[in-house]
Amino acid sequence: MPMAGDEIATLIKAGIPDAEVEMTDLAGDGDHWSARVTAASFAGLSRVKQHQAVYAALGGRMGGVLHALQLTTAVPK
Amino acid sequence: MTDDAQARIDAVVKNNPVVLFMKGTPLFPQCGFSSRAVAILERLGADFESVDVLQDQGVRQGIKAYSDWPTIPQLYVGGEFVGGSDIMMEMYESGELAELFQDAGLSKAAE
Repeated sequence: MPMAGDEIATLIKAGIPDAEVEMTDLAGDGDHWSARVTAASFAGLSRVKQHQAVYAALGGRMGGVLHALQLTTAVPK
Repeated sequence: MTDDAQARIDAVVKNNPVVLFMKGTPLFPQCGFSSRAVAILERLGADFESVDVLQDQGVRQGIKAYSDWPTIPQLYVGGEFVGGSDIMMEMYESGELAELFQDAGLSKAAE
C-alpha cells in the first residue's frame, strides 16, 4: 500500500520538529516520492546521520511500505 | 539476521576497497536505485566489488543492521559506509565522490 505524501511529510516533521519538508511525486503514481528535508538541527551532522534522522522519523517504514523515497537533506542557508 | 551474516558482511567490507551492496548485478541491476549507483561508479571509473543481496537473505537483512541503514544499495569505501544512492548522487554531482576515490587512490586514470 503506497503512502501518501502528506503522511510521509507529517511523520518526518513529527520526528524532526524544525524540519521543512518538500514532497515531490516523481512518477505521478503516489508511490515514488522525493523528499527534500531542510532542518537547522542537521547542522554539524554528516549526510549519513542526516538521512538516518529522517529514516528514524519514518519509524521503520523506509525499505518496507516506503520502497521508493528519494531523499535530499540540507541545512537552511 | 545472524552473526554469521554480520561476519560475512564485515569480511567483504574490510577486504575490498570499494563495495556496493545492490539488488542484482552491475550488468543486470534489479532496482532503479541500484542501477543508478552502478552508473555513478562506472562513470567515475572506479573498480568495485558488488554483492547481490537478492542471492542471500542473510546479507539482505543483515546489511540493514550493519550500518543502521534501511535501504539498498549501500556503498562502502575503505571499510567505511558512504551512503545510499541519494548520497552517492549528491556526492557525485558535487565532485566529492571523485575526490574520495582519488584520495583513496582508487580511480582509474582520472580525466
